[in-house]
Amino acid sequence: MPDSASEPFDLTVVGAGCAGLAGAVTASELGLRVCLMDGSGQVGGQFFRHPAPALGARRPQALHHDWSAFATLRQRLETGDTHRLLRHHVWTVTRESGELWTVHAVAGADGDEERPVRVRTRAVLLATGAHERQLPFPGWTLPGVVAAGGAQAMLKSALVLPGRRIVVAGSGPLLLAVASSLAAAGARVPAVVEATGYLRYARHARALAANPHKLLEAATHGASLLRHRVRPHTRSAVTAVHGTDRVEAVTVSRIDEEWRPVPGTGRRIMCDALAVGHGLVPQIELATALGCATRRTTDGTHALALDGLQSTSVPGVWAAGETGGVGGWQLACVEGELAGRAAAFRLRGTPMDAARVRELRRRRDRMRAFADAMAVAHTPHPGWIDWLGDDTEVCRCEEVTARRIREAAADLGARDARTVKLLTRAGMGWCQGRMCGAAVACLAAGAGDGDIPPSPERRPLAVPVPLGVLGSPAEADD
Amino acid sequence: MARTPAELVRAEPGPPFEITVDGRAVTALPGQSVAAALWGAGILAWRSTRGGGRPRGAFCGIGQCYDCLATVNGEPNRRACLVTARPGDAITTQEGHGRAGLSV
Repeated sequence: MPDSASEPFDLTVVGAGCAGLAGAVTASELGLRVCLMDGSGQVGGQFFRHPAPALGARRPQALHHDWSAFATLRQRLETGDTHRLLRHHVWTVTRESGELWTVHAVAGADGDEERPVRVRTRAVLLATGAHERQLPFPGWTLPGVVAAGGAQAMLKSALVLPGRRIVVAGSGPLLLAVASSLAAAGARVPAVVEATGYLRYARHARALAANPHKLLEAATHGASLLRHRVRPHTRSAVTAVHGTDRVEAVTVSRIDEEWRPVPGTGRRIMCDALAVGHGLVPQIELATALGCATRRTTDGTHALALDGLQSTSVPGVWAAGETGGVGGWQLACVEGELAGRAAAFRLRGTPMDAARVRELRRRRDRMRAFADAMAVAHTPHPGWIDWLGDDTEVCRCEEVTARRIREAAADLGARDARTVKLLTRAGMGWCQGRMCGAAVACLAAGAGDGDIPPSPERRPLAVPVPLGVLGSPAEADD
Repeated sequence: MARTPAELVRAEPGPPFEITVDGRAVTALPGQSVAAALWGAGILAWRSTRGGGRPRGAFCGIGQCYDCLATVNGEPNRRACLVTARPGDAITTQEGHGRAGLSV
């Protein structure tokens, strides 16, 4: 490791999922001095999350498609000299001068080590992935209701399930993957409840035809669900969860084109857990704090605006994977490699392999087209707000109900998530609006034109930071 | 077909150990997070909210939602889905912000 006081890294990669791994190993193999940081104790990110070594999993690949792709990346990382800072939670990136940046982190499993870490670097690759989009409904705060990706993460990393009979609900391709893993791991999955109809994909036939691996993936999940006798309910939603202190059953209702529940269609399904999610939201706050430009994605989230070589609008800051728009792990690998090559060219003048770059860009554009088509098909429609009761909590952290948010909008004139936050505290809690942001923005705007109103992710501190760390002098550097 | 996640990946974990939840003994496996050990024991809630006093536990499972905050060995507001369980850990249900001791 270079002595950070005098010799900065060439490239610091934030996030050790597919995009970050591919970027780090590519840049390192092209001769850059690379630092790879991640909050987790293991590389792999969310998609290739896997059991801790102490759990002794002999076949971790049983929970993954394409494990060998990850194994290869990990092998390249281990044989190279990339400096790894795992269990490091990056809270901000600051510019020191034209070509020098400082990446600030807190260390520890949950950032508990009250010791500031500062990494000096000539360039940054942001590969911070995404978190799930949640839409509230009555009962969604009951224990036993978990994020779909959360159930998947807990299963992949620690081999546990939230219940024995788990309904999977929401919208998006992740649901099928989650349902098939839960079923493979021994859970009974009485229903997969998807708000859209899969036939909507057919409207994007060209993007589908250009991505046969995605069809194969869907077919694999479909076959696995059939084998486990999992029943898909399309154009439906869980509109209520029942139970006093934990989940006992859910009500599944048919929904119309606008996602409004169709009266009289509610059916109760007994279960002891519900795994729910409505797609993914790019995690871009480190970039927006640096002033990087964003773009609106086809499903109403915000992603970073990137050029053909993965550069953000701020020179010296690259991004790859879900930060540039949710598109899955294969796209993330391609973009990570492109960013690594671009950084090596820019920082060291390493000539770019033109044929390889052309091929990577071709694959990237093809997969982006597919991701955009999927996102359109799963975009929430404004009728979802009819699922809410007045007493449904929308902001989980601050326990703010739909009634209070509607009052802020109707009586006090709030039109956006920020104003609602100032009036009600919705989005002001620990998660900083990551769970309720999309919902609050919709409620504030009213049913309106059906679009999810813009709310680019702006959080000056990406993770909670103790005051002692914020106030510590720069000399405390490692 | 696998009946448990451990069977699916043919896990051969290290020796299990005990942690306590509000004094009750719970078995954890090495490498599991506190939240995972609690799920493994069928426990889904270990916090009560500041306002309504409602039970909460792990939701996002990846350290983003902060719903799984627990008091671990006397220290409040630890994210149970991120903190690795260690032999003898004492988990206590966190009431509200977990710092009632500071109030006057």
